[in-house]
Amino acid sequence: MNKVAVVGYSDTKFSSDDIPIESSMFAAVKLLFEQTPNLAQNDIDAVLTSTNDNKKYLSPIVSEMSGITPKISHNVENLCNSGTNATVSAFSYIASGLADVALVVGAERFDSPGQVLQWDDSRGEFKHPIFWASMFTKAHKRKFGTTDEHLAYVSAKNHRNALDNPTAYSPKKYTVEEIMNSKKLTDDLRLLDCSRPCTGSSAILLASEKTAKKFTDIPVLISGIGQKTTSASFTKNDLTSIESTRLAAHDAFLMSKTSPEKIDVAEIHDAFTICELMVLEDLGFTQKGKAGQFVLDLYNTNNKKINPRGGLIGAGHPLGATGIAQISEITRQLQGKSGKKQTENPKIGLVQNMSAAATSSTVLILES
Amino acid sequence: MSIFEAELKNGRFVIPECPKCQKVIWPPNESCTQCFGNTVWRTVNDPGILVEYSSKDGKMFCIAEFENSIRIMGALYCDKTPIIGQKIKISSCGFDKSPKFTFTQE
Ligand SMILES: [Zn+2]
Repeated sequence: MNKVAVVGYSDTKFSSDDIPIESSMFAAVKLLFEQTPNLAQNDIDAVLTSTNDNKKYLSPIVSEMSGITPKISHNVENLCNSGTNATVSAFSYIASGLADVALVVGAERFDSPGQVLQWDDSRGEFKHPIFWASMFTKAHKRKFGTTDEHLAYVSAKNHRNALDNPTAYSPKKYTVEEIMNSKKLTDDLRLLDCSRPCTGSSAILLASEKTAKKFTDIPVLISGIGQKTTSASFTKNDLTSIESTRLAAHDAFLMSKTSPEKIDVAEIHDAFTICELMVLEDLGFTQKGKAGQFVLDLYNTNNKKINPRGGLIGAGHPLGATGIAQISEITRQLQGKSGKKQTENPKIGLVQNMSAAATSSTVLILES
Repeated sequence: MSIFEAELKNGRFVIPECPKCQKVIWPPNESCTQCFGNTVWRTVNDPGILVEYSSKDGKMFCIAEFENSIRIMGALYCDKTPIIGQKIKISSCGFDKSPKFTFTQE
């Protein structure tokens, strides 16, 4: 199996722009070419797009707009973890030798049809994500004594981190008090507990280890991958633990021969504040029920280890782009090129991206 | 419209069961997830239990569980503060674009 590295990346400014999805994807591809030395269109064997947009044939369209005639081109849709799913597909093409260089571009519009899973009748009429997030939050509070203040610190930290992210969607600093007094959506969820849908795109370039040095002096290897789907319906979930993330993390750590304590920096899927707490626990970064204190400590010590780009809450959540933007940030971190967001000399990074009330998760380990 | 949705529209909450595997299939489907055989439909055993709840604009919503396996979200109407694990019963059900359930304390 060929080793696979991330050798290039680009992120466009997340916004509320009303632009066609292919234009958004094209903007990220154009930027990736500008930022990647020695890259020519005919280097690229595979183009994978990731989005929940209803437009068809997007990968060939974006390829043609960019002058690329790839061997492999297709779209990947898996709701909120479409981006990492597309990356895993691209990884597999390179690992198997079917492709040597692959471009993965993810994008979403602010009005994406991927925000609500209509199929899930077990949610009854409560199909919007705020309802499952409220159930997770209430159950975590009940079992572990998690407080609204614990939750608010997640949002305060990620909004603060996003201030140094030039592509974040309307970055703004919030105090814990402002977050706890923001608009009440349900008894257990306030407006600033939520990530916001937006328009945005990100792209990454993957290459086999032997070709990687053509494009960068610091290739970042994808050394571990774990993916798990436990169901499509929300109500089968345990409400205080994310089984799909736990199982995906187990596989990713095993493949990369790493463990939670070895991770220096991570981008995790904070669709809601409760998700960051649960994911930290299920990745094994802290014990069950202790993530509130863990995040409080990060906040008080201005430690950017978790969600340095601001996560979904700080940076915005253009579904198909989110997983790619997470990989892009961890690659930058491991190359020491993250500017004001940079954490101290990280060697091993992690990406966790999930879908549909946490029923499906992807965990990636990256190493410089 | 599926059998599940059509029955709900008439105010009946029916669930699919595989006669061969003696297994309730949830979320509802016309085939068994184990043997792929056809399921048969029957009414659910009421009452269920309260798994979790929250509220929006003063109106409670919850996850209810029936027969130790079927979990569904609906509106919750209570006189007293709800207790997790307490028995709740279906006071109405219907279908209008989505399934609509209301539950009350037994
Ligand atoms: Zn069966």
